[in-house]
Amino acid sequence: MANLTPVPSATETRTVSSAPPSYRRKELRRALQSMVTSRWALVGMLILAIVTFVAIFGPWLAPFDPNRQNIMMRLLEPGQAGAGDLTYWLGSDQLGRDVFSRLLYGARVSLLVGVAAIAVGGTIGTIAGLVSGYYGGWIDDVIMRIGDIQLAFPFILLAIMFLVVLGPGLVNIILVLGIGQWITYARIVRAQTMSLREKEYVEAARAMGDSTFSILFRTILPNIIAPLTVIASFNVAGVILSEAALSFLGLGVPPSVPTWGAMLAESRDHLLSNRWWLAIFPGLAIVLTVLAFNIIGDWLRDFLDPRLKENG
Amino acid sequence: MWTFLVRRLLQSIVVLIGVTLISFISLQIGGDPTFLFVSENASVEEIQRARVALGFDRPLYVQYLSYVWNALQGDFGNSLSYRQPAMDVVLESMPPTIELTFFSLFLAIGLSIPLGIFAALNRGKPVDGGIMTLAMLGQSIPNFWMGIMMILFFGLYLGWFPISGHVPFLEPLFDGEFRTAFTNLPQSIYYMIMPAFAVGTYTLARNARLIRSSMLEVLQQDYVRTARSKGISENRVVIHHAMRNAWLPVVTMIGLEFGFLLGGVVVVETVFSYPGIGRLVFNAINQRDIPVVQASVILLAVIFIILNLIVDLVYARLDPRVKL
Repeated sequence: MANLTPVPSATETRTVSSAPPSYRRKELRRALQSMVTSRWALVGMLILAIVTFVAIFGPWLAPFDPNRQNIMMRLLEPGQAGAGDLTYWLGSDQLGRDVFSRLLYGARVSLLVGVAAIAVGGTIGTIAGLVSGYYGGWIDDVIMRIGDIQLAFPFILLAIMFLVVLGPGLVNIILVLGIGQWITYARIVRAQTMSLREKEYVEAARAMGDSTFSILFRTILPNIIAPLTVIASFNVAGVILSEAALSFLGLGVPPSVPTWGAMLAESRDHLLSNRWWLAIFPGLAIVLTVLAFNIIGDWLRDFLDPRLKENG
Repeated sequence: MWTFLVRRLLQSIVVLIGVTLISFISLQIGGDPTFLFVSENASVEEIQRARVALGFDRPLYVQYLSYVWNALQGDFGNSLSYRQPAMDVVLESMPPTIELTFFSLFLAIGLSIPLGIFAALNRGKPVDGGIMTLAMLGQSIPNFWMGIMMILFFGLYLGWFPISGHVPFLEPLFDGEFRTAFTNLPQSIYYMIMPAFAVGTYTLARNARLIRSSMLEVLQQDYVRTARSKGISENRVVIHHAMRNAWLPVVTMIGLEFGFLLGGVVVVETVFSYPGIGRLVFNAINQRDIPVVQASVILLAVIFIILNLIVDLVYARLDPRVKL
């Protein structure tokens, strides 16, 4: 598991910002080489690049307006021609909307929610972990107990409870999913901070009269970024899955925004009539995106700390 | 032992108080909670009347204390759509969910142990690669999509398994009708196979990877080498010496796994129209039946906390290195 990452020593994870340019270039080359040798990582990166491209340029790539309904063109099978010379490459849904166009737009929501929720959760968790680990004592106790309580809930249930009251919406889902993740980061940052605060270079910074803020964010934080990126990568995968599940339950973003999870929810009504394309394509899109993040997380973990390599 | 037990119990109580606090906050977070309990076209007078009747006009701390007091008695108010106590409605749909959760855990653990060990023993061979690739894929598939795909392929295309429904096992068992319960059991399992597999895929995949790496680590330990050098058969080495330690990390995870599976069950039940707490929550969400959602979530959280407590105690017994 990624969160068993041991504390890297200061020499292992030199801060990128303070490293000389030649060192940075060498590290980058080492990363690229490692990525090419492990073919899986390359595949993951490629999928992620495609999804990101689609998320950004979706509106220009989509042949149809994703929300335009056309009752005459309901439930067309993939590859059938529509009005003019446009083709429904992946078929159309129960309201005659183009599945392919909706899929392209859906990438935006998945990626946006994934990345934004991690940004929210990562920031809260990192700050909480730094404070908790650096100060210790009752502050540490309070922060960690709050985390324990949160972990006592199966996460998706917690999200359901809040979203039912708050109502669906992009900001709400990002906040709920983000806040749901903070404790993962807080625990790791706390453990690392506790061991780093006794290091000589932190003591040196303290002796030189650096402010606590500077010690936490300029001296300690850059040295614990490495394990955090690994966790963030796995976490994005988890958040995308949760977003899809919540959208599937009708608690995601409003119905006017196409999402993969909501597309799957709508596909349920057409399973018996064997409209397989409504269910297969959005699901594949989720699987490939999540898979890409999982593969990259695995690779990052092995690359940043070869000791953790999964023995094989 | 007793100190550990008392400390762990106290911890659970603190967590339970936290659970009530969080669920109370979740009610208040959207503003005046009265609006969650009245119809959209209620008049100002009706809203005010409901506010007083539900006690939302009192100071927050009084509301919280009475919320906890009521929650302790299992009183979450009446369900808005069933017109009977929310907790009763939730408890009625609990047995099918318990069956499904345990069965999927059983499937996931039961399959992940042999798969993980098999992959470890064949390290680097194509079969290892195959199992690990499948595991990676299994960790990336949303459980509800897995359910939909199984319905399409095994249910509709091959016609091997029923695509919805449930045959009760626990309900007759609780009613003391043991004969009916055990006559139902094969059918009950038959109906649960697809949903349980969909719920358990992620756990199965993750545990297979976990067991493989833990097994590889254990196989390099001195005591395994000693066992081998004593001339013990490879099977015995694997089963009696290596496996006993290799699956400890999985036991630690079982508690958390329950929570994860319970969350998964909520979503997957909807796919299979399985009459458990998940489908109840799904319908309650759509009807904005807040008391039912609250009662369900809190009941599941309490079950999760109790199971975690039990797992911790069992783990402490299994691994003598953990001091009680």
